[in-house]
Amino acid sequence: MDMPDLGPLWLTFRLAAITTLLLLLIGTPIAWWLAHTLSRLKSVAEAITALPLVLPPTVLGFYLLVFLSPNSALGGLWLSVTGSTLTFSFTGLIVASALYSLPFMVQPLQGAFEGIGRAPLEAAASLRASPRDAFFTVATPMAARGYLTAIVLSFAHTIGEFGVVLMVGGNIPGRTKVVSIQIYEEVETINYAAAHGLAAILLVFSFSVLLAVYALNRRFPVHVG
Amino acid sequence: MSGDAMTDLSTDVRIRFPAFSLEVAHAFPGQGITALFGPSGCGKSTLLRIIAGFERGARGRISYGDETWLGARAFLPPHRRGVGYVFQDTRLFPHLTARGNLDYAHKRAGDVAARYSFDDVVDVLDLAPLFDRRATQLSGGERQRVAIGRTLLARPRLMLMDEPLAALDTRRKGEIMPYIGRLPDAFGLPVIYVTHALEEVTQLCDRIVALADGHVAAAGGVAETLERLDLANVQGRFEAGAMLTGRIAAQDTELYMSSVDLGTARIEVPQIAVPPGEEVRLRVRARDVSLALTRPEGLSIRNMLDARVLNIAPEAATAFAEVLLDVGGQHLRARVTRAAIAALELREGQSVIALIKAVSFDRQALPRDAPAPG
Repeated sequence: MDMPDLGPLWLTFRLAAITTLLLLLIGTPIAWWLAHTLSRLKSVAEAITALPLVLPPTVLGFYLLVFLSPNSALGGLWLSVTGSTLTFSFTGLIVASALYSLPFMVQPLQGAFEGIGRAPLEAAASLRASPRDAFFTVATPMAARGYLTAIVLSFAHTIGEFGVVLMVGGNIPGRTKVVSIQIYEEVETINYAAAHGLAAILLVFSFSVLLAVYALNRRFPVHVG
Repeated sequence: MSGDAMTDLSTDVRIRFPAFSLEVAHAFPGQGITALFGPSGCGKSTLLRIIAGFERGARGRISYGDETWLGARAFLPPHRRGVGYVFQDTRLFPHLTARGNLDYAHKRAGDVAARYSFDDVVDVLDLAPLFDRRATQLSGGERQRVAIGRTLLARPRLMLMDEPLAALDTRRKGEIMPYIGRLPDAFGLPVIYVTHALEEVTQLCDRIVALADGHVAAAGGVAETLERLDLANVQGRFEAGAMLTGRIAAQDTELYMSSVDLGTARIEVPQIAVPPGEEVRLRVRARDVSLALTRPEGLSIRNMLDARVLNIAPEAATAFAEVLLDVGGQHLRARVTRAAIAALELREGQSVIALIKAVSFDRQALPRDAPAPG
């Protein structure tokens, strides 16, 4: 009986961690803007960020493949600057995962920022706090629960992706072969024992994380942070 | 730096919303407490928010001394205006304790000069017992005390207060009001105070700016402005009145009455718990003043003052008229029927007797002087 190869598991966690970090940086300003803007473009922007929720992963994967390929403007520029392609690489996977999990970061944060509203920010401004200061010392701690939800959902969703990764990254061991693809491969080759092992690890991990989050939310219903 | 310089705040602003617009030009003096007074929806809170810089749709000019806060191409962001703002709903930060809220302001005030310390504020507002509690664990009155303390610790140059007592019951109001009355003297801080409650104006404020429908209806000293007849619409017909200032002359502990010396005359009111010699301000509603040509006998009304008619203003489309009276240099208003004016043949300059029901005085007339901290 073959023991499962744990390399793809490690690669998956690395991908999920980096993607989540990247999404924190990208998603926060988007969510902040969506929560506070009065622009008519808000609905358009909301629809675009929600697209990955409804698009089949193959559709997203296909367009990413087209736009990231060395023949495209972006892919070509990346190749000439870094000397490597975006498609079928770990970097490409990060770009794809970030897009794919974007709504899981933006929507909880937008909800949290909208729930806080302008009132505490006005109070902070009246106490001489600059908007940037107020964001970090008032809005962020008050949105702690939103951040926790967004981080967990983005991380878990990235671990669970399959279609986009397969189309953009292929199945290169050590570079783009993530655990969901490995499980698929083990099943295809009728190596059920290895598939069981990996699937069980993912199941237990996902359940533990969600349980921890919900338990934390229950224990600190009001003052997180 | 603080109110010592008596820097004036000059505004000439307008803002337009779908269902409401406001246009106000007024200069607020850099001392004392100025009431922004009027019914709900008249724009008083909007004006306060424009002064603080919270309404980005505002146009016009705001200048504070030689600083421009709002101009054709200028907008000084709220956090650089040095304006303190006390909100009706307190807006304490829920993720911090009471102490954390105070520290938040204190740290950001940095080295802004102020004539009071962290401990002064904590002492005057008695905040030490509340330090470790979160906003959710404080009563309404305690929350508002912490909010006022927090705002003071930001060392503002001007204090804006938006109906800070509106959410409190009568007892809590009585608790907080003396603290607010002390702000200008104890902390050298001018206050603009939004309210729709006339008793807060008469007990706390030195000046009044009455707003109606987004415009200034009247402005000036509290006593004179409340006497102005064109205020009838702002105050509501049955709230119209005038204010008398006097000193407690004597206390009758048996009958629970206080005698107040108005200068040329004395009146008796239900007992006010203030020592003799203290200055008090009393409000007399126009509907509680009747007029007579001679001093009547055998009445239950105790207070009869010699008065002179200054002005008679009939109310449009009603049976009533408002009569402005001079009582030894102070003003009184009486609301009587036009039929009575015709029957008594009242005219300007005439001497009359003003009959005041003793029950019509505000019970809580606060003394105005308060010791400085430290």
